[in-house]
Amino acid sequence: MAVDASEIQKVANLARLSIDESQLETTADTINRILELVDQMQMVKTDHVEPLAHPLDATQRLRKDVVSEENNREQLQSCAPVVEDGLFLVPKVIE
Amino acid sequence: MSQTTPSQLKTDNWPLSTDQWETVIGLEIHVQLATKTKIFSGASTAFGAEPNTQACAVDLGLPGVLPVVNEEAINMAIKFGLGIDAEINKVNVFERKNYFYPDLPKGYQTTQLEKPIVGAGHVEITLKDGSTKTVRIHHAHLEEDAGKSLHEDYHGMSGIDLNRAGTPLIEIVTEPDMRNAEEAVAFAKKLHSIVTTLGICDGEMSQGSMRFDVNVSVRPKGQKELGTRTETKNLNSFKFMEAAILKEVERQIDLIEDGGDVIQETRLYNGDTDEARSMRSKEEANDYRYFPCPDLLPVLIEDSRLEKLRAEMPEMPDAKKARFVSDLGLSEVDAEILSGDQATAAFFETAANISGDARLASNWVLGEVSKSLNANSIGISESPVTADMLAGLITRIKDNTITGKVAKQVFEALWKGDGKNADEIIEKQDLRKVTDTDAIESMIDEVLVANAQQVENYRAAPPEKRSKMIGFFVGQAMRASKGKADPGMVNQMLKEKLDA
Amino acid sequence: MYDKSLSEQSRALANGELSSLELTQLYLDRIKKLDGNYNSYITVTEDLALEQAKAADERRATGDASALTGIPLAHKDLFCTEGVKTTCGSKILDNFIAPYESTVTHKLKEAGSVMLGKTNMDEFAMGSSNENSYYGAVKNPWDTQAIPGGSSGGSAACVAARLAAGATGTDTGGSIRQPASHCGITGLKPTYGRVSRYGMIAYASSLDQAGPMTRTAEDAALMLNVMAGFDHRDSTCLDREVPDYTAHLNDSLEGLTIGLPKEYFSTGLDSEVEQRVRDAVAEYEKLGARVKEVSLPNLELSIPSYYVIAPAEASSNLSRFDGARFGYRCENPEDLMDMYKRSRSEGFGEEVKRRILVGTYALSAGYYDAYYKKAQKIRRLIRDDFMNAFEQCDIIMGPNAPTSAFNIGEKSDDPVAMYLSDIYTLSVNLAGLPGMSVPAGMANGRPVGLQMIGRHFDESGLLNAAHRFQQVTDFHKQFPINS
Repeated sequence: MAVDASEIQKVANLARLSIDESQLETTADTINRILELVDQMQMVKTDHVEPLAHPLDATQRLRKDVVSEENNREQLQSCAPVVEDGLFLVPKVIE
Repeated sequence: MSQTTPSQLKTDNWPLSTDQWETVIGLEIHVQLATKTKIFSGASTAFGAEPNTQACAVDLGLPGVLPVVNEEAINMAIKFGLGIDAEINKVNVFERKNYFYPDLPKGYQTTQLEKPIVGAGHVEITLKDGSTKTVRIHHAHLEEDAGKSLHEDYHGMSGIDLNRAGTPLIEIVTEPDMRNAEEAVAFAKKLHSIVTTLGICDGEMSQGSMRFDVNVSVRPKGQKELGTRTETKNLNSFKFMEAAILKEVERQIDLIEDGGDVIQETRLYNGDTDEARSMRSKEEANDYRYFPCPDLLPVLIEDSRLEKLRAEMPEMPDAKKARFVSDLGLSEVDAEILSGDQATAAFFETAANISGDARLASNWVLGEVSKSLNANSIGISESPVTADMLAGLITRIKDNTITGKVAKQVFEALWKGDGKNADEIIEKQDLRKVTDTDAIESMIDEVLVANAQQVENYRAAPPEKRSKMIGFFVGQAMRASKGKADPGMVNQMLKEKLDA
Repeated sequence: MYDKSLSEQSRALANGELSSLELTQLYLDRIKKLDGNYNSYITVTEDLALEQAKAADERRATGDASALTGIPLAHKDLFCTEGVKTTCGSKILDNFIAPYESTVTHKLKEAGSVMLGKTNMDEFAMGSSNENSYYGAVKNPWDTQAIPGGSSGGSAACVAARLAAGATGTDTGGSIRQPASHCGITGLKPTYGRVSRYGMIAYASSLDQAGPMTRTAEDAALMLNVMAGFDHRDSTCLDREVPDYTAHLNDSLEGLTIGLPKEYFSTGLDSEVEQRVRDAVAEYEKLGARVKEVSLPNLELSIPSYYVIAPAEASSNLSRFDGARFGYRCENPEDLMDMYKRSRSEGFGEEVKRRILVGTYALSAGYYDAYYKKAQKIRRLIRDDFMNAFEQCDIIMGPNAPTSAFNIGEKSDDPVAMYLSDIYTLSVNLAGLPGMSVPAGMANGRPVGLQMIGRHFDESGLLNAAHRFQQVTDFHKQFPINS
């Protein structure tokens, strides 16, 4: 599967990355070479193979419903770009 | 598009259009589970804390931290499934739904897609005309709630509070089985009743504990295929939900009748202003790139867990209603109301059990108790008259200690806190029924003397009219006794004296 | 003393030959003098190290010392360390001071070890050459023209240059074993789930695993004893008893069956590298092991499978770096979209962005089945290949990489060529197996390691084999002359 510049732009937008117009072609080219590499997978038949999520097929352990985290706002917000009144500030959210 | 006011909506256009159009409604309901901690972290879920004081590193999506699943969230979701007769999926997989939004700290929401915990089920609803209907549940899945974007102006910026982020939710998805706002609201209320009965949600709609997304479409009557639907998100009261549906149906019909097309879109409804609008932020097509969350493993639900939870299941509203009718002799209508809310049902049953009179208990809960609660805008759990106190009062009605009229007076005194139980008030205020023949006789004599004209009229009247006329004297005598005289004795003795 | 192994230093501390403070000061002086040549550290925590060293000496005085008490270690800069900057080799975290401690560094700290600093790495652990760091490339102490390998290149280089007694690393597709091989040190990637990932900044969650990077197998055993174990904060971590990894170091290798996968010795393998591996295997035969050819038929598919799974998981794992709550935010964002796009585009390096794009594409509508799901199916095939091979042998051996370290800049414009060089290490992560690299001599003037792969949870077996080998060879004792 090969992608063109406009698809790269779409994917970049989904990933919230911007790619300079001048870099689009080279980026598409590199991505296509990687996709060519990974497309080797398509040659193998895997119809009856279950996907492997954990190498030991382990299952989820459950946690007891007990409060274990205390308020630690000051420390947790110490590396935040912009904070006011305990809130993280970001450019205006428009719904 | 023309603007319609709510009053127009219900009068002129509305009945005309509904003759030709059929409305189809499906709901997606987010129910916050009443766990103590988040679904993937040990931070508290308590409502109303200072911003970001209940958001730990996991909830904030800081680098390197990892989720661990809360057992209670799994249990509560299973209970919901058992409560609607649904299949519980044995293998549960959490997936990541990827999108960027400031209230979604990790850039993905952990949810379920291919293997939701609760499969297909159904909910019975009762409509105002007494008819019933089944609404099918497509599935319900577990997921984490997002935080909140506060839109007050912070120097042109938005504030993000992530206290709610990671609160466990079940998202319940119905089939498009509802045909009007009444059915949708009846379903919503029933669902509220189910989750509160199960104790898996506090049911506090104003705090966002249950939020409804309403999918609405219209189609010409008789047409099989569905019209284009819109989704109105995040309605958190039955009233707003009803208003939003009515408004949206009206808008869609107007649009189509004017030659336009309904666009599939997400809409917002503001209950305070009764205004709806399209959401602006979704300019691009969503591509959520779901994939199984590699930080979480499949949750296996063993039969032993199912059995244990099944054994813990409370009686569901439908079963409760049936029992109230068959075992306690209540009417369908009364049973429906009393079984609809866990707290009300428990209050009623306690009062009925202690007093040994379900009918009286039902009358009192649906009568004086409800009236007083409404007048004071409080819930039954906050009622100053407890079920025990009500039962004590009913007992004194039953054993003839007080008259029905005095009982209301005792109730009011209990409500005001004048005494800790009915007996205390009866004693203190000397409200016992008067059954002493001499005392009643002297009261009656006074009444007859004071109303000599009416006595003459009575005696002059033909016997068939007398039975109606005697009511006047009974009323006078009861008033003279401050409601305490035994009404039966008063009646009997009056008859004897007047007819003599 | 700096040229001694961690185990020897541990014994010296126990015997009172020197204090932790002296040892720590020795390393700090060496770092100051030499690390300008290698760039192996991003942050040196001098004051903290001296403080911890003093505390370790006091602890030893009370008789409460463990093997690692007072031992100066370096940590890969993706382990969150409370109060100390954790960058992950990225501009986007240049100002990030974690408010919590990773389980691995916490355990090592509790054991009384001293943290010298945080080591350089490929940004977000994405790379095989350590050229993808915002803090500049790391240079191989054996030859500063050469790459040290990656992504744990800083950890490998600092241990090779004797700028730490031992270091932590992480391995998602070879990131401990390949740099260990290129720098002539010992590196162990444990079984997936053996060591907690809590507080380790994720690259690919289903593949990432932390392990020790040291001079000797015995050193690795001492570190793994502390690092391994169940952690209730990591759902993928397995609740399984931790054995004493030093207990079987000296066991006989008589009767051990070594499997050599024929696919590991096919085209593309440098002949000198192959020779060093075969020489090492010959040593094992002298130690009583038998050698058998085995097959891993789906080995080649490990590259496409890995380069779908890892970027796909990474694309999602790295979404939290959005400029909203921590880390880099671009100057004067015009709106929300601008904040996201510029913070991420300015904050991430080229290789990270490339993998995010590949991963996003692989997960986007319509491609999930063809890519991620397919890759997870192939992952099962690859694991099953190993299971079959382990029916016939106890340990699998082969090279870590097709060549010894290449030159800085040689492949940096060709990501696909770089990916292809990961052929011998990726499959071990896909299968979740423990893998190890031990020094095995030189090829083309640069170090070469022997890769050993064990059954799930057989770290003890690997350490035993490695230790016996190191008792009859001295490759692990050699270190670069100019350092």
